[in-house]
Amino acid sequence: MKRAAVKKLQQLPATSEWTFEAIDAYHTEIARVAGEFGIDVYPPQIELITAEQMMDAYASVGMPVNYHHWSFGKHFLTTEKGYRRGQMGLAYEIVINSNPCIAYLMEENTLTMQALVIAHAAYGHNSFFKGNYLFRTWTNADAIVDYLIFARHYIAECEERHGEEEVELLLDSCHALMNLGVDRYKRPPKLSLAKEKLRQSERTEYLQSQVNELWRTLPLHDAKPGRALRPRFPPEPEENLLYFVEKHAPLLEPWQREIVRIVRKIAQYFFPQRQTQVMNEGWACFWHYTLLNRLYDEGLLADSFMLEFLQSHTNVVYQPAYNERWYNGINPYALGFMMWQDIRRICESPTEEDRAWFPDIAGSDWHETFDFAMKNFKDESFVAQYLSPKVIRDLRLFAILDDEHESKLKVSAIHDDRGYRRVREILSDQYNLGSREPNIQVWNVDLRGDRSLTLRHQEYRRRPLGGTIDEVMKHMARLWGFTVRLETQHEDGTVELVQETRIEKRRGHPDN
Amino acid sequence: MTRIIDRRFDSKKKSAVNRQRFMRRFKQQIRRAVSDAIQDRSIRDLDNGEQISIPSKDLSEPQFQHGRGGVWEQVFSGNDQFSSGDLINRPPAGGGGRGQGKASNEGEGEDDFVFHLSREEFLDIFFDDLALPNLIRTQLAKITDYKTQRAGFTADGTPANINIIRSMRGALGRRLALGSPFTVRLRELQKELDEVIETCGEDSSEAIALREEIARVRAKIEAIPFIDSFDLRYNNRIKVPKPTTQAVMFCVMDVSGSMDEEKKATAKRFFMLLYLFLNRTYEHIEVVFIRHHTIAKEVDEDEFFHSRESGGTVVSSALKLMHEVIMSRYARGNWNIYGAQASDGDNWDNDSPICRDLLDAQILPYCQYFAYIEITPGEPQNLWREYEKLMGAHKNFAMQRIEAPADIYPVFRELFKKTLV
Repeated sequence: MKRAAVKKLQQLPATSEWTFEAIDAYHTEIARVAGEFGIDVYPPQIELITAEQMMDAYASVGMPVNYHHWSFGKHFLTTEKGYRRGQMGLAYEIVINSNPCIAYLMEENTLTMQALVIAHAAYGHNSFFKGNYLFRTWTNADAIVDYLIFARHYIAECEERHGEEEVELLLDSCHALMNLGVDRYKRPPKLSLAKEKLRQSERTEYLQSQVNELWRTLPLHDAKPGRALRPRFPPEPEENLLYFVEKHAPLLEPWQREIVRIVRKIAQYFFPQRQTQVMNEGWACFWHYTLLNRLYDEGLLADSFMLEFLQSHTNVVYQPAYNERWYNGINPYALGFMMWQDIRRICESPTEEDRAWFPDIAGSDWHETFDFAMKNFKDESFVAQYLSPKVIRDLRLFAILDDEHESKLKVSAIHDDRGYRRVREILSDQYNLGSREPNIQVWNVDLRGDRSLTLRHQEYRRRPLGGTIDEVMKHMARLWGFTVRLETQHEDGTVELVQETRIEKRRGHPDN
Repeated sequence: MTRIIDRRFDSKKKSAVNRQRFMRRFKQQIRRAVSDAIQDRSIRDLDNGEQISIPSKDLSEPQFQHGRGGVWEQVFSGNDQFSSGDLINRPPAGGGGRGQGKASNEGEGEDDFVFHLSREEFLDIFFDDLALPNLIRTQLAKITDYKTQRAGFTADGTPANINIIRSMRGALGRRLALGSPFTVRLRELQKELDEVIETCGEDSSEAIALREEIARVRAKIEAIPFIDSFDLRYNNRIKVPKPTTQAVMFCVMDVSGSMDEEKKATAKRFFMLLYLFLNRTYEHIEVVFIRHHTIAKEVDEDEFFHSRESGGTVVSSALKLMHEVIMSRYARGNWNIYGAQASDGDNWDNDSPICRDLLDAQILPYCQYFAYIEITPGEPQNLWREYEKLMGAHKNFAMQRIEAPADIYPVFRELFKKTLV
């Protein structure tokens, strides 16, 4: 390396204490190398914070501003406890999908860790946020911080006007349904603080009038009572429960609808992150590894730096075996990192097996392949598309079938020729939100009768619903204001009523 | 362009509001936990805040989830022994589905949610609805002391308080302001006069007229009073009530042979709780320790709790000593006096009525509050029966019986229950 010899003189500082100058120097070099690799990022904004501020940020789901709610206080306490006991794993970084992309560095970290985080978060995650189709479709990096500010003010205003308690109850209910408050297929409109404020009042009035129309009590004379013919409302099942509540719950006040909307919007914003953990973390690990190694090859990094860096790196991408004490499922960092490394290997030096399995990428330019893969996949499809037999062998993956009706567990596939595809299929399904979370949709509202709402749960592989159903149903009933039912449709097509939550008083609390 | 921003000095405690909300939301659970903690632990730990644990299920945030059951097919790593088609026995239920979501979703052995309360938060909850009886009344009644402090200047007051500088400054300003039209006029006339003298001579009729005019204006300027009652300013002093922020607490304890170490420990906790509470209310507290068997003695804290005497019991000796101490040191009105007496109730029979009279006439009138606890597992003793007669007559007297250390906290609450004023 000719260049290495030239640069050798300007080795980057290798102390463990960081300074602003040192961080700046590292950042400049990392940015340069990232540019050489053609990583496309939002302009990074690096912020140095204390451990306490880091915990604050953790508690408010990683956002720089958020509305107030007790659950964030609870998360703060949990995080604080973990941190004080020294159990905190990777509290090194938080990165916010915004433009500019904000990356937090924690004061306590060594210079090496700061450099690692810059490469990992400010270039790895950042480019993923900017490139991946899910983030491009579902989130709007330019507006999120503004929107959160709007949300915080709005909710604070509601608290002032309607009492903290009332707002808190409403937020509790919304949070309980947050995971079911996302559109999985429709594309959300862009958020913007100005527009949002402008349209908000119009919208609330309009919405109220629409709701009123729906709940007209004037009898319709031409309606013939015929149970079979009565159309369902909504005509198609609605997957977004919070959306349905916001638009159609009969008794909510306009401000309550707006709060439901805020929670829904935030849930939607985090939706892509839940679906791209393996890809995203793997991508960031790949890039911090690649960028820092390139700097080392150029002679800019000291050996002591590399040793510390490699130690942290290997800790993060370690995958314990199933029978080890600290096994906690497949480590997304490990799987993601290995897969990205493997894709590069397939591109650069494919084996016969790779040519058979990945004819279209074997031997191709890895930059292009990476770009395509990063932009167009989520965990589920990424695993289904790119998990190679080599990674399956390296991780010694195997699948276990646990059927309630059988007395024993069955090893359904292992890392052999017969098993590769099966393992890949099962692992891919493991990352499919549709099978990870129960599929519950709004099925029907009894418009002409008691206004009760029926939710339908489509059973997946005979899995029942978990223990907290009645709590969640109470929350649903609180939002809806009338009786709420939950049905399960079994795989053989029969429908069973699981839970009915009645609500006695208007706006009262459900008494089950 | 890239920015590196130092946010370390930004506002801290961003989560404080969320923490408060969390505390408010789970007040019931936290209170229960605090109360349990107090029963189990040494009271000395009060200074250190408290580790609180709440059952996790109470504060779970419910979600729709898959439960156990049905068909699960999952991928694991690190295969070391299995081949396709192997059958494995189900691991015991407690082991929980072998890692991965399932187990944690509804594991039975859920941990408690543990977090740390700061000392302030802990004491706040601990003292939550406690307040010393009649505290508010005491404070109102106790405002006997005033101190004066400066409060600017006023336009009226006694001559002794005249502030000369302020007054003269005001007068000078007033003179300047009132005189200014004349001064201007005077200057003009003077100039005119000079011109007239130059053109028409010293004695021309115009010059004479001007001189007369000047004299008139001068007279007007001089007529402005040098100082007016309007100018006077007085130093203002106001009286502010000086709240009584000091208290003295008498700890009276029987150390005769019948008080064993366990009873003393119980008494000690009671005194400590009282001290802690007073500590929150008063800036300065003195504690007087009086121990007695047949004769009473004022001692320091260490001796109070740790040395042991034997022999009979004459309670009145301690009360007499307490009265003497009050008279000699704390009789002036600015002390809030609290008395706490602990005993196992044993007393020389003839002495109990004397005790009652002493309390009635010589101690209770000076005390904000006097509490008597009898630490005995058995029947009430003669002292208790005599003291009972005081109950109706004095609102600032309370008595309780304690059997075990675990009773202290409820008793304490009972004694210092918030009373309506």
